[in-house]
Amino acid sequence: MDLGEINPILLVASLMVAATPLLLAAIGELVVEKAGVLNLGVEGMMIVGAISGFAISVETGSPWLGFIAAAIGGAVLSLLFVLLTQFALANQVASGLALTLFGLGFSALMGQRYVGIKPPSMGDVHIPLLSDIPVIGPILFQHDPILYVGIAIIAAVWATLKYTRVGLILRAVGENHDAAHALGYKVIKIRIIAILFGGACAGLGGAYISLIRVPQWTEGMTAGVGWIALALVVFASWKPWRVLLGAYLFGGITVLQLNLQAAGVAIPVEYLAMSPYIITILVLVILSADKSRAPASLGRTFHASH
Amino acid sequence: MIVLEKRPQPSKAWSYATPLVAVVATMVFGGLLFAILGKNPIEAIGTIFWEPLFGEFAFYYRPQLLVKGAPLVLIAIGLSLGFRAGIWNIGAEGQYIMGTIFGAGAGLAFYPMEAWFIFPIMIFAGAFGGWLWATIPAFLKVRFGTNEILVSLMLVYVAEQFLASVSLGLLKNPEGFGFPGSRNLQSYESAHNAELIAGSGMHWGVVAAFIAVIFSYVLLNRHMLGFHIRLTGEAPRAAKFAGVNPARLILFCLGLSGALAGLAGMFEVSGPSGVVSIDFNVGYGFTAIIVAFLGRLHPVGILLAGGLMALTYIGGEIAQSQLGLPAAAIQVFQGMLLFFLLAFDLLTNYRIRAARSEVA
Repeated sequence: MDLGEINPILLVASLMVAATPLLLAAIGELVVEKAGVLNLGVEGMMIVGAISGFAISVETGSPWLGFIAAAIGGAVLSLLFVLLTQFALANQVASGLALTLFGLGFSALMGQRYVGIKPPSMGDVHIPLLSDIPVIGPILFQHDPILYVGIAIIAAVWATLKYTRVGLILRAVGENHDAAHALGYKVIKIRIIAILFGGACAGLGGAYISLIRVPQWTEGMTAGVGWIALALVVFASWKPWRVLLGAYLFGGITVLQLNLQAAGVAIPVEYLAMSPYIITILVLVILSADKSRAPASLGRTFHASH
Repeated sequence: MIVLEKRPQPSKAWSYATPLVAVVATMVFGGLLFAILGKNPIEAIGTIFWEPLFGEFAFYYRPQLLVKGAPLVLIAIGLSLGFRAGIWNIGAEGQYIMGTIFGAGAGLAFYPMEAWFIFPIMIFAGAFGGWLWATIPAFLKVRFGTNEILVSLMLVYVAEQFLASVSLGLLKNPEGFGFPGSRNLQSYESAHNAELIAGSGMHWGVVAAFIAVIFSYVLLNRHMLGFHIRLTGEAPRAAKFAGVNPARLILFCLGLSGALAGLAGMFEVSGPSGVVSIDFNVGYGFTAIIVAFLGRLHPVGILLAGGLMALTYIGGEIAQSQLGLPAAAIQVFQGMLLFFLLAFDLLTNYRIRAARSEVA
């Protein structure tokens, strides 16, 4: 065992990379839940995003097109959730599960030809001056562009929810859909847009795993990140910046356990590998005392006849 | 303009018809999918649904139907009780794994002793393992109000790591030349869950599945606890006034579904599979969710749905070897079934009407 081999700068830098898929998926789900919809299909949308992004960037040679395809892929899958929950008025928990089961199968089917291929790499941003600062440079300013896009999305969601009329309407729909409907807001339309946004974000998060973090395609490669993202939204008490904080915390745990595995700590690999999931449970337990922050209409089906 | 009108009472006719309509729709769209993959859709659907039952080698496949169907029914029965009460255990896969580890572990602890009591002890151990794993989310929900969906699911990944750990360490076959995986329980007579009638596919797990169906039917229709489960799901406020204890209900529903999933794992490892290995679990815990919904959360419905789902597994394997249909296509097919089922369920609760356009 040699803990001295763990480089703290690399550790923090890779923490940010490990956190990004989680962050993207969670901020999307946050918007969906703020609109009063519980979409448990995050894992399914992520994995479909992962393969759509992978396939398109391999075929076109452009990671950027890949990420766009991933966002579209995730959104298209979430459209199925829209059909089920907003038009067929199906149970949201069951529909979300269906989305995940279907997404896992569908991605495996699409991905058969792509096993063992290396995707085109995206390359890191190099900002003059900033990237050259010792320690802080490699940690903060030498990453791929999507990582910064993720942070920008968080900022945008925060600002939109807090300062704009659109954000206010979205929150109104999530808090009390009947009142929002009575005020003349199109509850279903707003929810559809939120769900599609959530799908696109989850797709981006999935593609980040297959194109940057790993980068490779294997079946079921999201390995529960989508579910952790759902837990993260609860952890963040539906607040955008806390999603960022939480994602870095979980990213840190993931990276640390991988580093400990590599350093050959006396703890068996399997027990280290289960740590992110156990810590997610612990965090959920600690935070579940405070339920007051959850949008009041979360998970309830809306139909104008009521 | 089409409008939905809520039915005063859910339609009985549609609630029976939707699973059938969903199966037909899945066949049509599944056929389309197979056509896109370059296979003859009629042939593929025929292979999946006809071959295992009436084909040339049906004598081999029919027993398989029981072998694959039993764990699905056993798990789905447990899940359905919780789902009815709005308690969402989606971590059955993890409970299935823990049942396997506990059950097989209990059996292997006695190796090489031969005695009649070993198998019953394994049954208890398997049920206990699953119960224990499901009681974690139940306890956390009761005590701290933690979301049981997320906790039970996280525990699936933890259980998978445990499985890897024991197949490489604790339960590894000492005479296995260093290969991962336990001793084969099929060649350890006292622990072997053998076929009760040779060649029939009928093992103790199948018996347990049938018992679970009957037990759950009686519970839901003849017992106060079953009434409380149904009441909590359909009218939570009324349940509160009727004095239903939600904590007890959560512990019971999750615990029972965990125990049944654990049993399913134990019967699988001691019978058809034989070996505790890293890739032991094949997703029965997740497929059982589809089975539970397809069976409309009704015990008899689940029995039929379990049979149908087992058919798609076996037929899928045949289509894989004969037509080169990818395994993932079957997974998509099963996922589609759940989609159509949820979508067509609309017709049970709502009436579709054409309406003149007017200002609301």
